Amino acid sequence: MGVAILMPALSPTMTEGKLARWLKKEGETVKSGDVIAEIETDKATMEVEAVDEGTLTRILVPEGTEGVSVNSVIAELDGGEAGAAAAPAASAPAASAPAAEATSPATKPASVPATVAPFQPEKDWGATAPITVREALRDAMAAEMRNDSDVFLIGEEVGQYQGAYKISQGLLDEFGPKRVIDMPITEHGFTGMAVGAAMTGLKPIVEFMTFNFSMQAIDHIINSAAKTLYMSGGQLGCPITFRGPNGAASRVAAQHSQCYASWYAHCPGLKVLAPWSAADAKGLLRAAIRDPNPIIFLENEMLYGQTFDCPTDPDFILPIGKAKVEREGTDVTLVAFSIMVGMAMQAADKLAEQGISAEVINLRTLRPLDIETIVTSVKKTNRVVTLEEGWPYAGIGAEVAMQIIENCFDHLDAPPVRVHGLDVPMPYAANLEKLALPHLDHVVDAAKRVTYR
Amino acid sequence: MAQGTDTAIKRRGKATPPAANQASLFRAYRDMLLIRRFEEKAGQLYGMGLIGGFCHLYIGQEAVVVGMQMSLQPGDQVITSYRDHGHMLATGMEARGVMAELTGRIGGYSKGKGGSMHMFSREKGFYGGHGIVGAQVSLGAGLAFANMYRADGHVALAYFGEGASSQGQVFESMNLAALFKLPCVFVIENNKYGMGTSVERASASLDLSKNGSPWGIPGEQVNGMDVLAVHEAGERAVAHCRAGLGPYLLEMKTYRYRGHSMSDPAKYRTREEVQKMREQSDCIETARKLLMESHGVTEADLKVIDDEVKAIVTDAAEFAQASPEPDESELWTDILIEGTR
Repeated sequence: MGVAILMPALSPTMTEGKLARWLKKEGETVKSGDVIAEIETDKATMEVEAVDEGTLTRILVPEGTEGVSVNSVIAELDGGEAGAAAAPAASAPAASAPAAEATSPATKPASVPATVAPFQPEKDWGATAPITVREALRDAMAAEMRNDSDVFLIGEEVGQYQGAYKISQGLLDEFGPKRVIDMPITEHGFTGMAVGAAMTGLKPIVEFMTFNFSMQAIDHIINSAAKTLYMSGGQLGCPITFRGPNGAASRVAAQHSQCYASWYAHCPGLKVLAPWSAADAKGLLRAAIRDPNPIIFLENEMLYGQTFDCPTDPDFILPIGKAKVEREGTDVTLVAFSIMVGMAMQAADKLAEQGISAEVINLRTLRPLDIETIVTSVKKTNRVVTLEEGWPYAGIGAEVAMQIIENCFDHLDAPPVRVHGLDVPMPYAANLEKLALPHLDHVVDAAKRVTYR
Repeated sequence: MAQGTDTAIKRRGKATPPAANQASLFRAYRDMLLIRRFEEKAGQLYGMGLIGGFCHLYIGQEAVVVGMQMSLQPGDQVITSYRDHGHMLATGMEARGVMAELTGRIGGYSKGKGGSMHMFSREKGFYGGHGIVGAQVSLGAGLAFANMYRADGHVALAYFGEGASSQGQVFESMNLAALFKLPCVFVIENNKYGMGTSVERASASLDLSKNGSPWGIPGEQVNGMDVLAVHEAGERAVAHCRAGLGPYLLEMKTYRYRGHSMSDPAKYRTREEVQKMREQSDCIETARKLLMESHGVTEADLKVIDDEVKAIVTDAAEFAQASPEPDESELWTDILIEGTR
């Protein structure tokens, strides 16, 4: 039984090549692994090894022939006893064209329902008490660690030091060093280690002292944590929470003052959360820790010490993927997240004094974006201003504005306006730093612009 | 036994006589042969355009994974880089599912969404299949961390090439593993070339078994072309980890016969060098001779194995071509775990 030897593809892009040289002659015996020919591609000369055993009965393409198509028959082998097993070589070539064949990608199910659901007020959790964002974060971790022994906290200074920003205060005392684990300064290594542990089903909370340092580990966050579920066909999830302060602190200059919201929100396979209030912090962090997916949880150092009313119900938790209308209004929608929600609320007060009724949306989750709540609001106000502390280029505001255009363009009475940090590295000098960050006046001015006042 | 043993190889913790009972050697021979034949078939299917993208063959290095796997127990974990087909077969993953993943079909281990470099089987303790050089070492330390956290007595093997051994995170992971006494065996598969760069041009230290020494991690150089030597070293390393003594490092001196990937013309080494390794140090030939000379195994006995292996590989190749491509709806699945958006 004859076995056809085909012109092999020797690179992902090769379609044809030159048969440079035969190293075996007709009649010679060939063993698996023997080099039988040399082929020149556009990039290199490659050796072709025999896969099957037998006698080379016929050479069909003489050496020196150029432009030999991949998968054309170049020689025949008398397959001997192994012939039958190797037969697919002859029959298969045309069966499946290389994967490059253009098929139209399946259309993604629309991210926004055709009819927008009416605004639903958030569940009423009853009694509240004032706590700081710092305490809310700590309480959320403690509650989830009590609930589930698979949850643990690792990071630099999270244990004996009680947290570089005192977020983990008291946790070492309650849960011990097995579950509150101090790490050496080795973000790449310990993030990879935590992701590996999460792949076995444990639920690590990884504290980055600040998100600036997550850049050391971004390969594990994106390539290892966010993509493995997809690449494993759904087998290997990664229930992990990456948390820490994000965004501008104060007078710490460019390397320590940066917003990573749009970096992480860009990536499928992650959920990205950005709390503002103590209730956001507590309710969302509990949800993040319970979620079976990798979560980026962007806190803000300037908010840690701020006090908000927070539900006292021991079961209090917030849904991921739902924005909150913090203040209802009719003239303009202010879309903000994290610390900028506070500025939006202040701006709304100022605007009210000038007879402009602003609605404030606290995004809470940046990915998946609750575009439904935004669209509902814009259909009412017909005007929108986005707020973020980070850079404008390819930022969250750009994404929100584009999704508004895609979903309710006809409801807009003015082009959306972005309020944002300036497109420069954060300067150290106090006056320059002030100039680089968004201010209350910018928000008020922007709202007046879109309302033509 | 092993011909052509690299004379530079030091044996520390001398020679418990190799646990070379006939049954285990016979099994090792069969497993190595399966990997060899599987990879040859994969190379053939690549040549036919049925496998796309990158495809890194394991031919030549089979003794490493087969010998190490003999030292493991169910529940232990394995993680490696992108040259991963051999590791998967050694852990007992099915040839069909691996080959169908290579062809990008729904019957593949990742439903065709991962490809050659990204396959997993929680059931077999195989955690990938990782395409970023060195990343699997930190992840492997994480598998070992989970074993420590659960105190379940399991051991994780983190395989990486001598090329990856220069990555910063590899050293970070060794420090972490030593610091927390993680049950992790670091297995360096030193096949002498990181793509086209020889180890001499990439590493200022040529004894990679000492790479863990700053943290007190015991290390050995092992003849990675000899499955019994690998097994013996593997037993020592795994026992060390299981006893709670922390990580262990094995540098396997091995060799890949094929290029780095299918599109590598391998001009950085001579044909004679490759030929010499094949003729003098081939792990399968070595095992075959040993079986026949010292264990009374006959050609006919081996033929049975050859036929069995050939049938498995032929069946896998047929399955990998018959299995349909994933449905277009698969494009949007497995991005996040369902029901939690």
